[in-house]
Order: sequence, then structure tokens, then C-alpha cells
Amino acid sequence: MNQLSRSAESLGDMGNPVSSHRMTYWLLTPGVLWSAVFLFIPLMVVGVISFATRGTYGGVIWQFSLENYRDVWHVVYARIFGQSLVLASLTTIICLVLGFPLAYYIVRLSPRWQAVWLILIMIPFWTNFLVRTYAWMFILRTEGLLNTLLLGLGVITTPLDLLYTDKAVLIGLVYGYLPFMVLPLYATLERLDPAFVEAAQDLYANQWSVFRRVVVPLTKPGIIAGCLLVFIPSLGAFLTPDLLGGARNMMVGNLIQHEYLVARDWPLGSAISLILLIIVIAAVVAYFFVEPIRSRQELEP
Amino acid sequence: MKHREAWLRSVALFNLAFLYFPILVLLVFSFNASRLAATWQGFSWHWYGQLIENGALHAATGNSLLVAVVSTALAMVLGIPAAMGLERLARRSQHILGGMLLLPLVIPEVMMGVSLLLLFVMAGMPLGLTTVILGHTVFNLPVVIVIVRARLRKLDSCLGEAAADLGASPWQILRQVTFPLLRPAILGAVLMAFTVSLDDFIVTFFVAGPGATTLPLKVYSMIKSGVSPEINALSALMVLLSMSLVGVSLLLQRR
Repeated sequence: MNQLSRSAESLGDMGNPVSSHRMTYWLLTPGVLWSAVFLFIPLMVVGVISFATRGTYGGVIWQFSLENYRDVWHVVYARIFGQSLVLASLTTIICLVLGFPLAYYIVRLSPRWQAVWLILIMIPFWTNFLVRTYAWMFILRTEGLLNTLLLGLGVITTPLDLLYTDKAVLIGLVYGYLPFMVLPLYATLERLDPAFVEAAQDLYANQWSVFRRVVVPLTKPGIIAGCLLVFIPSLGAFLTPDLLGGARNMMVGNLIQHEYLVARDWPLGSAISLILLIIVIAAVVAYFFVEPIRSRQELEP
Repeated sequence: MKHREAWLRSVALFNLAFLYFPILVLLVFSFNASRLAATWQGFSWHWYGQLIENGALHAATGNSLLVAVVSTALAMVLGIPAAMGLERLARRSQHILGGMLLLPLVIPEVMMGVSLLLLFVMAGMPLGLTTVILGHTVFNLPVVIVIVRARLRKLDSCLGEAAADLGASPWQILRQVTFPLLRPAILGAVLMAFTVSLDDFIVTFFVAGPGATTLPLKVYSMIKSGVSPEINALSALMVLLSMSLVGVSLLLQRR
């Protein structure tokens, strides 16, 4: 047995191979069954319904149709999809621009301070998302903190319209998902061998080209992981656009909720969610194409 | 060089300020005497007093705690064995099955809520606390698996082999060697799953019936009916609660 497969096994695997095999089976069955019933079957139901027809009073008529997928391209829905893609992309870019220098700064601190900074970044991430979004409503609304301050200081004479705009949604999304960017960036930067940077400097590379031609290529897996971890939840966001965007700044998540609970058009809602899921899965699959490259690089001396 | 250090440090500090500013604002203004929420009119405990008198909030808190306790327990019962089982599989099946079990971490929450709603409606299950608990267990399961697996990987497999050499059966090894070694991770997972469940809004929003209002649902309806200092006070309490739960959980996992 080689070292790799041995380390992949857990404790207590050295007994009778038959009973050990059976134990693995018993250990996994309950969790897998649970996921099958409450995750895979429901997802399949969504898939099936997306090809059904809507009943007059909101029910589902089991008649095959591609109507829902045609309806998705209607201007109203396509615009919401477009807006969601734009907002999620902008969120990803802003998080990268803010998060990269932060991660780069943390990596070069002493181990003790690194731990302190990482915990400081994780704490807001673990506080209630609803509450954190509400905090921005409190700050951004017309009678909110920011307008009160700016009016008080005489910077503006009439309150700014900040809440219920796409800018507010963008701020909320960046705020919510910044930690998702910083943590994977930190993880790859930490493994970056400083010798590469020193070698580049010895060869008279200036700071910008060290960054662009050494640091960025070597931390690419972290950059991609961070971007995905921000892009995926931003694209499917519900609460942030709901509270900060108002009715005019819907995203796909709000559209799905609207079709299900307000318009009661389950087939269309299902088609929209399925398209969202396909985009998300495509992004994850793209990530796993990068992952094997990284593990291969790690094995090289 | 010095110039760049200063630049990096200021960007880092800006990030930190950005992350903490809204939370601090909430905490500070929860003690504001004014009803006009954004101007400071002196210190007061008034809004916390209001919270204590609010009966609907008590009921919602009770529901939230019940859901968090039961769904965490279910996720532990399903997740700890699953994490162990996964680590015993060969690489390829580990990847496939692991990916399946961890799927709730990547699929959009709205989609999870919608699909569960469909399942419950089609199965004829009345929406209520039971459906909320079932839904929460779905996303708590991968939380438990991730934390327990991380610990399992750090354990020295020699300990199990030694026990086997001394004649212990697989079940004995599990009970007397693996479980005690896993204890910190298990406690960490309990707290993390508990926190995630207490905080969840989206899945709950879809699968909760009229009688099953949890704390986040209550906060949401309060926010929708208008900003008030009472929400600030409630938010401040919720922030402190999840911070302390996560703090304890992180401490346990570091050991």
C-alpha cells in the first residue's frame, strides 16, 4: 500500500477488510440517504417542473413544454439576468482589488498578528447576514447616518438617494462577501516562496513586474477560488437586493422568489432557478479544471 | 519599499474599517435615546427594555432555539459518521461522494429553499417547524462534515493501527480511540451548525408556515415595516450572540 492511499484512510481501518468495508457503508448510508431525499430529489423536481405548464390558478399541469425556457428570454427577465451578472462581476472585481492587498499585507505579518487579522476578518462573516444588511439600510437611507452626517457638515444641502439603488446593492454584496475573497488569497500567498520574489528582484525586476509576472501567476489558484467564492453567492443573492435594492433592482434570486411566492408561476420559477444552477455549476466545474494543475505544481520539487 | 508598506497597511486598515463600521454603528445606536434613529440624543437602555416586553419576539426566539437544537443534533448524527465514512473511501469515490454531500455549500440558497418548498408541498407536508428543521439539517450537514473531516485528516493513523494490533475491533477503535480524539472538532461543529441555523433566513423564509416564525423571520418583518431603534437593539444582541458562539467554536477547533 503506498503512502498516499494509506494517509487517505482514517483511523481503525486495519481490521478485517470485509467488516471494515461494511462499516464504511453503514457510516455513509444515513447521510447519503438524507441528501438524496432532501437535496437531489427536490432539485430533480425543480428540473421536471421547469418543463411543465402553469395552471390557470397557479398550480402545475403535467404537460411537456419548452415555453418556460422561451419566456426566460423575455426582455424583463433577461434584463434581470443581465443586471445580476453585472453586479456579481463588479462585486468580484471590487473584492479582488480590496482583498488582494489585504491578504498580501497579512501574509507578511508575524504569525501571531496573522492569526489576529484572520480572526478579525472572520468575525463579521459569522455575524447574522440579515443584521449586517440592515446596518447598511440604517446608514444609507434618506434619513440615515450618512445623509445626517453630510447634511450636518454642510457637504450637501439635500439628502442623497443612496438606499434602493444598484450602488447600495453593490456595497452590500462587497461587504457580505469580502471575507470569501481574502481567506483563499491568504492561503495561497502564504505558500508562495519568498525566494521567487527575491530572485526576480535580484534580476532587476521593478515592483510592478515582480507583482505582475511572479506573484500573480503563482497565486492564480487562490485568485480563481476567491473569485468563485464571491461570484457564486453574489449571483444568487436574495437578501441584499431585497433590502438594499428595492423593487427596481431585482436580481435573479428575487425573481425566483417572486415567481414562486407572488406570481405563483412555479414552472417559470423552476426554469429560472435551473439556469442559475447551471451557471453556478459551470463555474465550479471550471474551478476543478484549475485545481488538478495546482496539485501537480505542488508535487514538483 | 517603505512607501509600499505604508500603502498596503492603509488598504488593509481601510478593509477592516469597512468590515466593522456598520456593526459598530448598530451597536452604538442601539443605545440612542432618540426615536429619529440617526441623530445621537443621549444614552438609554430604553430599546432593550422594549425588546424584553415584546412577546412575539420571545416566541420567535423559542422557535429559533428549538430549530437550531434539533437540526444541529440531526446534522451531527448524520454528519459525523458520514465524515468518517468519506475518509475511509478510495480517492475517486471520496471526491464524488464528498462533492455530493457538500453540494449545499455551493448551490444558491434561494434554489435550496424553492426546491424544498416544492418537495414539502408535493409530499403534502404542512409547512411549519418540522419542515424548517428538515431544511436546516440539509445545510447543517455539510458544515459538520467539513469540520469533522478536517480534524480526521490531522489525526495520526498510527493510533488506530496500534489499537488494531492490540486486538481492538473496528467498533472498539471507533468508540475508544477515534471519538475521544474527535471531541474538539465535534464541539466546534455543534457550535458552528447551531450558529448557521440561528442565522438562516432564506431557507426558513421558503419552508416556514405561518406559525413557525423564527427570529430572523421576525427581524425581517420588522425591517420591512420600517427602521426603528428597537431593531438596532435586537441586532446588537444577535451580533453578540453569534460572535460569542463562533469565538468559542474557533477556540475549540484550534486546540
